[in-house]
Amino acid sequence: MMSATSAMEVNAEARRILAVSISKLYASRTQRGGLRLHRSLLLSLVMRSARDIYHSSSRESEGQSGAQPAAEEPMDTSSSPGNHAGVSQAEPQPELISPEPAAEEPRSPEEPCESETIEDKENLSPARQSRKRRGKASVAPDFLPSKRARLEPGEERHAAPLGSCRVRAGESLAVLSLNRVIPAF
Amino acid sequence: MAGAGGDMQWCLSQAKGSLDDDVTEADIISTLEFNHTGELLATGDKGGRIVIFQQEIENKRQPQYRSEYNVYSTFQSHEPEFDYLKSLEIEEKINKIRWIPQKNAAHFLLSTNDKTIKLWKISERDKRPEGYNLKEEDGRYRDPSTVTSLRVPVFRPMDLMVEASPRKVFANAHTYHINSVSVNSDNETYLSADDLRINLWHLEITDRSFNIVDIKPANMEELTEVITAAEFHPHQCNTFVYSSSKGTIRMCDMRASALCDKHSKMFEEPEDPSNRSFFSEIISSISDVKFSHSGRYMMTRDYLSVKIWDLNMESKPVETYQVHEYLRSKLCSLYENDCIFDKFECCWNGNDSMVMTGSYNNFFRMFDRDHRWDVTLEASRENSKPFQVIKPRKVCAGGKRKKDEISVDSLDFNKKILHTAWHPQDSIIVVATTNNLYIFQDKMN
Repeated sequence: MMSATSAMEVNAEARRILAVSISKLYASRTQRGGLRLHRSLLLSLVMRSARDIYHSSSRESEGQSGAQPAAEEPMDTSSSPGNHAGVSQAEPQPELISPEPAAEEPRSPEEPCESETIEDKENLSPARQSRKRRGKASVAPDFLPSKRARLEPGEERHAAPLGSCRVRAGESLAVLSLNRVIPAF
Repeated sequence: MAGAGGDMQWCLSQAKGSLDDDVTEADIISTLEFNHTGELLATGDKGGRIVIFQQEIENKRQPQYRSEYNVYSTFQSHEPEFDYLKSLEIEEKINKIRWIPQKNAAHFLLSTNDKTIKLWKISERDKRPEGYNLKEEDGRYRDPSTVTSLRVPVFRPMDLMVEASPRKVFANAHTYHINSVSVNSDNETYLSADDLRINLWHLEITDRSFNIVDIKPANMEELTEVITAAEFHPHQCNTFVYSSSKGTIRMCDMRASALCDKHSKMFEEPEDPSNRSFFSEIISSISDVKFSHSGRYMMTRDYLSVKIWDLNMESKPVETYQVHEYLRSKLCSLYENDCIFDKFECCWNGNDSMVMTGSYNNFFRMFDRDHRWDVTLEASRENSKPFQVIKPRKVCAGGKRKKDEISVDSLDFNKKILHTAWHPQDSIIVVATTNNLYIFQDKMN
């Protein structure tokens, strides 16, 4: 079992890799020649590993520090009906935590529209916008994009229901980003 | 050909390209290929241009002759295009060039960008008809009333002109980005491969191709691997292989069925669990696959190593050569600076006794299969004078750095050698740095 320090280090490393991966993903949207399938696939594989390590090392370090409310559970996203866009409904809870990569496939919608998923999470009613601090690990990571994203035509804004607010930004971002990594051509 | 690799003494014969440190994007060399005799060397660049060099041999009868490659032809193969439907720009970068075996005086090659393959004819013209009966020399037609006698045109010599003309354009067959083309040994067909599909073409027919491999899953969410390279067997016209991003190579037999989704052999080495990291999957992705000239072996290149496979043994490679193992502890930084996505190629020498591949800091590596010997050399104008034997280089992985060694942290990761080529018959190698071409010759010829 990992010591608290090394779990934190691993956690920080995983977060860093996630951040780097997400920025690469965004950068690849504007590159000449269009999105490269091979590169997108490799990015998603790294992100998935980093995400798994991030979750498991977060639980390790928190388990040891003795804190922890249920809001840490990563699967709030899939259970909230309003938070539909891009988040897999079908993904059962244990699979997300399991280290087996084959169990989690990157979701690919017909349109690569990261904007609408990010926007769902950001589209909180004013009362919900300040996230309560639950402990060190639950602070919103700094790789979260701060820009409010554009709506896709045909989409409409709607208030996110209670359940989704508790989602830790880092986890949901990681989940959502993986969902958008492989675009359908 | 010369004997053991250890006996070889490589000298810089020529360095071509701009001396500028500032590299123009369009000049970046993206592919390199000798023709079957080695007389012609084709290079493709990011700007869609092809430059063909021709070997001119001085004093071939002398035991130690020197051959020089000079520009033979330059032409624009592909232009940037725009796919309006998907709102995507299609890059003009030449991904691959493959020569067609020569049948007559003209040379033919296939060149491809991400979406379109073209067949180019390169022919020489050194004679011109002169003295037409009805036309002036400049082409204008003569007034018929002034024609009083019959004059038959005669071929007169002219300055050599090398013309490149596109004979066939094979378009609209690939949804994804084309990574390989390979000419079949039957000299009539060729394959083109993109991330998910492989198509079979006839060299004469442009409006149709057959899909022979399709690994696109019904649901793109289930995508786990892509095709990274494909090649026809050098002698068996029914056999081809394709490599994947998961580090596997599948061999297919076109006689088995029309759609070769079911492989006849799968080559895969189980992963060493002690080497597992965030980046294991990326570094196991195969960037190049090449059959040996004999057709008995094939070589694959992944990020850190070169593997030689015996086609009769699927369970593991017969030889593995570490290209730059010292990078294994630096994978995180290489991921951040994107270098981990670099696609290195590899090549065989003419008699399959040696293989070569590139690395960083303008280093390239050669492995002698018979004598278990390897060397690291550098392509650099500063460190090599023409006709002087170049010194082997060494990278210090850690600990005390010896005098001539370079430490891993001092390596320049912007100077990468992705493309190398070995003359099919002579001891001549060509190595492409970002925008320069280095030609080395073995002094012991």
